[in-house]
Amino acid sequence: MTPKRRRLTMVGLGLLMVAAATTLALNAFEDTLVFFYSPSDLMKAETSPGKQIRVGGLVKEDSLKKSNDGLTVSFTITDLDNILPVKFEGALPDLFREGQGVVAEGYLIQGTFQANHVLAKHDENYMPKEVADSLKKSGKWKGNNK
Amino acid sequence: MIAELGHYALVLALLVALVQTTVPLFGAAKNDFALMGVAQPAATAQFLSILFAFAALTYSYVTSDFSVINVAENSHSLKPLLYKISGVWGNHEGSMILWVLILALFGFAVARFGVHLPPTLKARVLSVQGSIGVAFLGFILLTSNPFLRLDPAPIDGRDLNPLLQDPGLAFHPPMLYLGYVGFSMAFSFAVAALIEGKVDPAWARWVRPWTLAAWTALTAGITLGSWWAYYELGWGGWWYWDPVENASFMPWLSGTALLHSAVVVEKRDALKSWTILLAILTFALSLMGTFLVRSGVLTSVHAFAVDPERGLYILAILVVFIGGALTIFALRAPTMKLGGLFQPISREGGLVMNNLLLSVATATVFIGTLYPLFLDATTDQKVSVGPPFFNATFVPVMIPLVLLMAIGPMLAWKRGDLPAAMSRLWFAVLVSLGLGVFIFWVNADEPFTPVIGFALAGWLAAGTLKEFGDRVGLFREKLSQSLARARRLPRSTYGMTLAHLGLAIFICGAVADSAWRTEVVINAKESDKASIAGFDALLEKVERQQGPNYQLERATIVIKKDGEYITTIFPERRFYPVQQMPTTEAAIHTTFLADIYVSLGEGGKNQGWTLRLWYNPLIPWIWAGCLIMVFGGLISLSDRRLRVGAPFKKIEPKKSKHSGLENA
Repeated sequence: MTPKRRRLTMVGLGLLMVAAATTLALNAFEDTLVFFYSPSDLMKAETSPGKQIRVGGLVKEDSLKKSNDGLTVSFTITDLDNILPVKFEGALPDLFREGQGVVAEGYLIQGTFQANHVLAKHDENYMPKEVADSLKKSGKWKGNNK
Repeated sequence: MIAELGHYALVLALLVALVQTTVPLFGAAKNDFALMGVAQPAATAQFLSILFAFAALTYSYVTSDFSVINVAENSHSLKPLLYKISGVWGNHEGSMILWVLILALFGFAVARFGVHLPPTLKARVLSVQGSIGVAFLGFILLTSNPFLRLDPAPIDGRDLNPLLQDPGLAFHPPMLYLGYVGFSMAFSFAVAALIEGKVDPAWARWVRPWTLAAWTALTAGITLGSWWAYYELGWGGWWYWDPVENASFMPWLSGTALLHSAVVVEKRDALKSWTILLAILTFALSLMGTFLVRSGVLTSVHAFAVDPERGLYILAILVVFIGGALTIFALRAPTMKLGGLFQPISREGGLVMNNLLLSVATATVFIGTLYPLFLDATTDQKVSVGPPFFNATFVPVMIPLVLLMAIGPMLAWKRGDLPAAMSRLWFAVLVSLGLGVFIFWVNADEPFTPVIGFALAGWLAAGTLKEFGDRVGLFREKLSQSLARARRLPRSTYGMTLAHLGLAIFICGAVADSAWRTEVVINAKESDKASIAGFDALLEKVERQQGPNYQLERATIVIKKDGEYITTIFPERRFYPVQQMPTTEAAIHTTFLADIYVSLGEGGKNQGWTLRLWYNPLIPWIWAGCLIMVFGGLISLSDRRLRVGAPFKKIEPKKSKHSGLENA
């Protein structure tokens, strides 16, 4: 093979791979992207039931309840405009507190959010970015940074 | 006083780095030896100044000098000594000092040990390395000075984030930085070679040990981070495809590609422009990792302080250095001479495929990591990309790569014989099929992925062993002769064999854990029982105790199987009063085949505690596989042909025969 042809083959192979990767990625995006909604967004938006989504907001004071078996918990999240009830089975993260930011991933079933993951923050100063942004949008942001 | 001296040393280091950047570069252009000679003492002086600054900060931490803001915000007088020291890099400012310290250490190593480097190349390498130093020292002094004072000094500090008070995490950042910053050497060599206009096998010989060292450290750093996430976060998993993890994984992938393409430059004088480009991109990904993690673009345990100014500065560094390097590349690459020719089916061809696949894999991780940021910036829509995306994109790219890993080393340089290579691999085909069928049999009603995963791992392990066996003439010659041959093999051969075997073991662990992990969550009162994967766990009691800087609840859990006592484990739940923060210390019972993992959740005597139990099959194989890869890297580094300062001419003539054999 001449150097020129070799180079061409390599470039061709490279392009083929890039095309394959892009196809893979775009295909995967369709099924795997998880969109984030605040409780207010959720009132307006149409979401297909059974599609995995993320919701976030502040945990409403005095809304956390544990069921009798001690495993299922329910709480309400709010962006201070609208609220959304959340149900979750399992152990809440260490830093889950009422009055603080939280993000949950799961499905919306008849107005109640069935979470399969609940994410809280890593440290005292941290507020999930999505939650901070949605509070800013609803005009209820009281934080001083950013 | 000590803090002021540290600050002063940093300013001094910046000035020295400025000299190191400009004077030798000018000298190399004029071929003036006196000016080029400045590089060496300058690199040494820069390193010593930064070392002094680092020591000064460490001193402030160890003596709990809370009049320094950085210490007051991140330390506490009651903290154990190990965490007082690791607290130095457990925050933004201190970790940047560690970053430049390692950067200067690498520069110093080139200055000190690169005796045989051509003088102009050496001057230019040190100059480029110096310029990176200028950028980051400027960053520290302008935006992240760790030596600022606080008046009046508080009585005590605010303590380090308790999640970071952990032995695994004490060593994770230094290892990771050794890797990230280590790739700066490959970058400096690449840019210097572009300025020089010459890339040859000797150049690759100089670059390889640095790349290898960086790769080894990065592997160790990522492993430590993953291990920490596994046992400290209490979520039972070891990799979440979290953007912060991906930020370190991307340079690893492209660094792995670089490691392999540098071999082609060294042995065959081919793929030169590609290797240079890869060196630049790998460092670009390292810088991008620093940017993503430190700028607060991603929220995580790593984003210590969200300060847009800092993010902008690092972004500017990224643009200037990578943009500059790519511009020089565009100008110079076409003038580079074409190297050795090869057929598509050859060792070189295999390594080209390796590079293509690894680049595509890097690209998929890149897209998955940055797409949410891009979408947020352009449309204000918030999305997250999780494991399903990476399983659908990254994993399919890895499958052909692993298939190729067994075949590639069997092919000869220049022109390989695929049928011959395949006929040597019949044993690997058997192992792979056998393992696949076995897994299919034990796993009849489960998904199909573990069958493929284990078949691939078996193929890779058997192929790698077979290749090694052929090299030493196992079963073809007498055992004593094979052993003698094995002793004479170059260490880098052992390195490769070990690293590839390590990957095979890792694949087993990763596949088994993702397919067969089981989880049980219960609410347990004292003397309640849970069962998981055939084991019974009895919650005997929960006690309150006092740790050095935290309070804790400690559960005693007895694990039994079929009524037979196995072990007792003690998961903890700690509360750090200074930071008002609870943490979970999972208890793990490790056997060769699986981990039993228990984490203690919230609760009390009357309502009971939430207990989460996992059965994680083969998860120890993940760490073992990674450790073997690191070990392979270390063995390979100790190869005398790669040793910094041991040039190839010193190798006795007798040995050249073996390197010929290795090439066969």
